[in-house]
Amino acid sequence: MSDQMAPAATAPEIPLVEVRELRQWFPVGGGLLRKHDMLRAVDDVSFTIAKGEVLGLVGESGSGKSTLGRAILRMTQPTGGQILFDGRDLTKLGRRALRPLRPRMQFIFQDPFASLNPRMTVRQIVGAPLVIQRPELNAAARDARIAEVLGTVGLSMQYAGRYPHEFSGGQRQRIGIARALILEPGFLVADEPVSALDVSIQAQIVNLLIEVRRKLGVAMLFISHDLAVVGHLCDRVAVMYLGRIVEIAPTRALFRQPRHPYTEALFSAVPVPDPTVRRDRIILRGDVPSPLKPPSGCAFRGRCRYALPECAAAIPLLRQVEGGHWKRCIRDDLVLGRPGKRGAVEEM
Amino acid sequence: MSTGDIVLEVENLSVTFATESGPLQAVRDVSFTLRAGETLALVGESGSGKSVTSLAIMRLTPPAPLVTLAGSVLFTGADGERRDLLALDLDGMRAVRGNEISMIFQEPMTSLNPVHRIGDQIAEAITFHERVSNRVALARAAELLDKVGIPDARRRLSAYPHHLSGGMRQRVMIAMALACNPRVLIADEPTTALDVTVQAQILELMKELQQATGMAVIFVTHNLGVVAEVADRVMVMYAGAIVEKGGVVPVMTRPLMPYTQGLLHSVPRLDPESLGRDTLEAIPGSVPDPLSLPPGCSFAPRCRHVRPACEAAVPALEAADDDHDVRCRRWRKLAEAGA
Repeated sequence: MSDQMAPAATAPEIPLVEVRELRQWFPVGGGLLRKHDMLRAVDDVSFTIAKGEVLGLVGESGSGKSTLGRAILRMTQPTGGQILFDGRDLTKLGRRALRPLRPRMQFIFQDPFASLNPRMTVRQIVGAPLVIQRPELNAAARDARIAEVLGTVGLSMQYAGRYPHEFSGGQRQRIGIARALILEPGFLVADEPVSALDVSIQAQIVNLLIEVRRKLGVAMLFISHDLAVVGHLCDRVAVMYLGRIVEIAPTRALFRQPRHPYTEALFSAVPVPDPTVRRDRIILRGDVPSPLKPPSGCAFRGRCRYALPECAAAIPLLRQVEGGHWKRCIRDDLVLGRPGKRGAVEEM
Repeated sequence: MSTGDIVLEVENLSVTFATESGPLQAVRDVSFTLRAGETLALVGESGSGKSVTSLAIMRLTPPAPLVTLAGSVLFTGADGERRDLLALDLDGMRAVRGNEISMIFQEPMTSLNPVHRIGDQIAEAITFHERVSNRVALARAAELLDKVGIPDARRRLSAYPHHLSGGMRQRVMIAMALACNPRVLIADEPTTALDVTVQAQILELMKELQQATGMAVIFVTHNLGVVAEVADRVMVMYAGAIVEKGGVVPVMTRPLMPYTQGLLHSVPRLDPESLGRDTLEAIPGSVPDPLSLPPGCSFAPRCRHVRPACEAAVPALEAADDDHDVRCRRWRKLAEAGA
């Protein structure tokens, strides 16, 4: 299954998280006598995250980015591959064995309205992880810790007795972040944590996450469809398309010089809030193909304006093209447009 | 883009909801005009009143006594006659809605009927307003699907909404909205639920269709990138009122209202030079409770340029330039300081 020799884009330090050839497939359809199809939501994904590093994961709906985030925290049982967290393979561990590791890895959800129990007070929501993981703490010690973490996210203890509906979307997301931070995790998976928020509030939460990583040194997998937010927050960025990573690179390198045609198209599609800039946009035709019947070879070739007949032959390897910059595309003769600039092809 | 005659004149529109805690004024004294062929972007955050404004124009807000509409919405129809939509009876409004003014919504998932074929849904919009046979209406539906870029349109007539992707569903919604060649299309966050690459497709499609038909578009959105892309003119709303309005270039490149400036600054940029782990310039706080608005400028509690006078009385919407209005007591001072 593996089509790559080394884990992609190795970070300089010993990684906190190392994902190797991870697969998360789901059986779809089928029946008593009919064979089911396999939906390859995540297929052969490898990357590392160093301690304190923030890796951005971008892609469109259906690219498998959320599935990947959930699989890494073992909210699902991966179909194959390994997830090494601090050297231990999470895929080999059962519920019970995972429990002592849980406090070290936490999840921030997208929807601050659906991810907080409306019948629980802020104190109960934020304190719940402590009740489960640190039962030895008494109420006073718990409250002290709750106050501390609420302070970190910019809320005060005076809100502790209130219910989620009394808060705005941005404040709710702060509560969700407080809950994720209360056990002092070393690793967070944040799945579109600012997508449901208004622009002015979104900036507040992005700033909060920047501050959290600065202060607490927490590593993060930051899942988002918003390239600008990812560019602002992340050290490196991985781009997913149809279950696979098609490009992974340090943020600056990726934004200066995208190497995969899909990344170029994604950048090109983002509307820029400047009415004086009129760009030649690359409009991708059609939709993302069904992950049940992915095209042969490169999954993107049907929509790619640089596709060659060879692209259909085999799934391209994820190859390193520069220090830490990997891409899954067979064409090396392309000079792709970076954000804000026009795309150009130079035939060599 | 060349713009033509005025098709819509909204004058002093106010929308008030009756709530348990008293009257809630969701839209306060909104006035604007819309010309043929023009795209007016209505920008604001949740609770700014932008969606309620568009619903009120379509008379789709709940009936009185739940909601009271005040002011006037003067619409010039294809017949050249000018009517106040707020004064029309239900039948009169039904003849306009979906015919001369139509609307597309954010969620193409929930705005299409899941148990009817898309061809029938489009054809219904046609037969509702025109005396044509079902066969003719279906043929027109196929043409429309073709026009909005749905491949193999004739066969897709018998597809159900769940057969289509989000982008394709939004195309169907647009086809339905265009079925009767409207003079005004109100698009309420039409691309918000879509991926960026699909959003780019839909924006391009809407631009093409507008150029072909000359219809006027009111584009409701919170995405400033989309505004820069589609709009000729912009209207920024905050807490139910217009705070800045004008041509897209002056408003977005030389915003005068601190709120508009704050919004533009809080958007992270894509170009590699502006990357980095600097914090974004967020606007502190959140939108005021519409039931207890501050007595003066409603943005004052979050504004970094606030002065005591700002909190005393609601500032008026002043003309700062040709086609550039701003609701800020201090705009002159701030513009001088910034220049």
